[in-house]
Amino acid sequence: MDMDKNLDTYQEFVKGIWRDNPVFVQVLGMCPMLAVTNSAVNALVMGGATLFVLMGSSFLVAALKQWIPKQVRISLYIIIIATFVTVADYSLLAMLPGVHKELGAFIPLIVANCMILGRQEAFASRHGIRFAVMDAAGMSLGFVLALFSLGSIREILGNGSLFNIPLFGETFEPWVIMILPPGGFITLGLILLFFNWVAARKKAFLEQVAQAERESL
Amino acid sequence: MNQRVELPTANQPSSTRLALSVALAGLISGIAIIGIYEATLPTITANKARQLREAVFKVLPGVSRMQQLGFVDGSLKPVDVPIEDLTLYGGYDNGGRFIGYAIPSDGPGFQDTIALLYGWLPREGRIVGMEILDSRETPGLGDKIYKDAVFVANFSALIPDPDIVTVKKGTRSAPNEVDAITGATISSKAVVRIINEGQARWRGKLPAPGQEPSLPDPAESPEAGPGSG
Repeated sequence: MDMDKNLDTYQEFVKGIWRDNPVFVQVLGMCPMLAVTNSAVNALVMGGATLFVLMGSSFLVAALKQWIPKQVRISLYIIIIATFVTVADYSLLAMLPGVHKELGAFIPLIVANCMILGRQEAFASRHGIRFAVMDAAGMSLGFVLALFSLGSIREILGNGSLFNIPLFGETFEPWVIMILPPGGFITLGLILLFFNWVAARKKAFLEQVAQAERESL
Repeated sequence: MNQRVELPTANQPSSTRLALSVALAGLISGIAIIGIYEATLPTITANKARQLREAVFKVLPGVSRMQQLGFVDGSLKPVDVPIEDLTLYGGYDNGGRFIGYAIPSDGPGFQDTIALLYGWLPREGRIVGMEILDSRETPGLGDKIYKDAVFVANFSALIPDPDIVTVKKGTRSAPNEVDAITGATISSKAVVRIINEGQARWRGKLPAPGQEPSLPDPAESPEAGPGSG
């Protein structure tokens, strides 16, 4: 692939985890992000299912891109994504019925996660299989990381436990609002604030360095 | 790039080709979905059956065998396929002696339908256990209807005569009263109402004590006396 010449496998992998994190930087996939992060286990299973769907879809889209007519590409991406989601849905129902029950409608709704369709349109359909899979892996891990950090913060504060293991004594009064929807918005807002603050600090630092270099010349 | 610039229409695939590619993708997707459905169906069915058995054994202490019963043609009989609204489970001990019924019932909760199963001993007229099968009550508040052991323990000795009622937490004084959960009164009341509805639905439909349907296993008669255990 001509356009893959300037790409680096490692860079395509790590960009999704921090620099282009799908949740904290691109602010995509908010629906599952807010809905199922009331416990660490739910967040991890949701992240795992999304990882499976995104990697499978990116692989197939990159592999089949020369046979996909561009006029119907979105329909075909959705068919591919929906198939992987159904596979994930039934597999979870068979293997982890308890968690599947808690995640409820949000597993089928992975189809509508715009992060997944976005990666197909913006990346997998324009690059080779290797880069598409690395990109998908990085983006999914970034998504898992985001879900897990939100899920564990909310579970610790809202239920006093992590992975259902109580962390504090009997006297701990759980901060119930944290596992209710408002807690999701509050936590996500604070994390986004942190990311923007880090980005602003980094920019200011780089400007300082540039200015110092200009002055020393 | 020494290709000649083509007119936009020249490299447009025909509509037939577009329709065919979508149809083909749909076909392959359909086959994949049928494949995963067939592959997981036995596990999913077994999981559901196991969960139901565990729930029946939980709400009826001392029960180790069960069978599905339905109200057909004016009497309670073993059925293979559940009868809409009029299905329950007979619980038996190791010797096949009848102990009680596990009665499923459902109704609206605070957010969505609550489905539960409760254990009913017809001879003693007592409710001896309750298990929530399905609910979407608020995490941290309404979900205490199954997470709060104190609330669930309310249902291990209830005499629903008259109908059971909720009372403010800590004020339970009669055998038909249930301590409500603080902060989740609606969910607590919903559970009580669903059980009362179950009782009302089966009133007059259960056979007289001693006439309960026996297990299909003919070796153990349910009324064979104490020696059969």
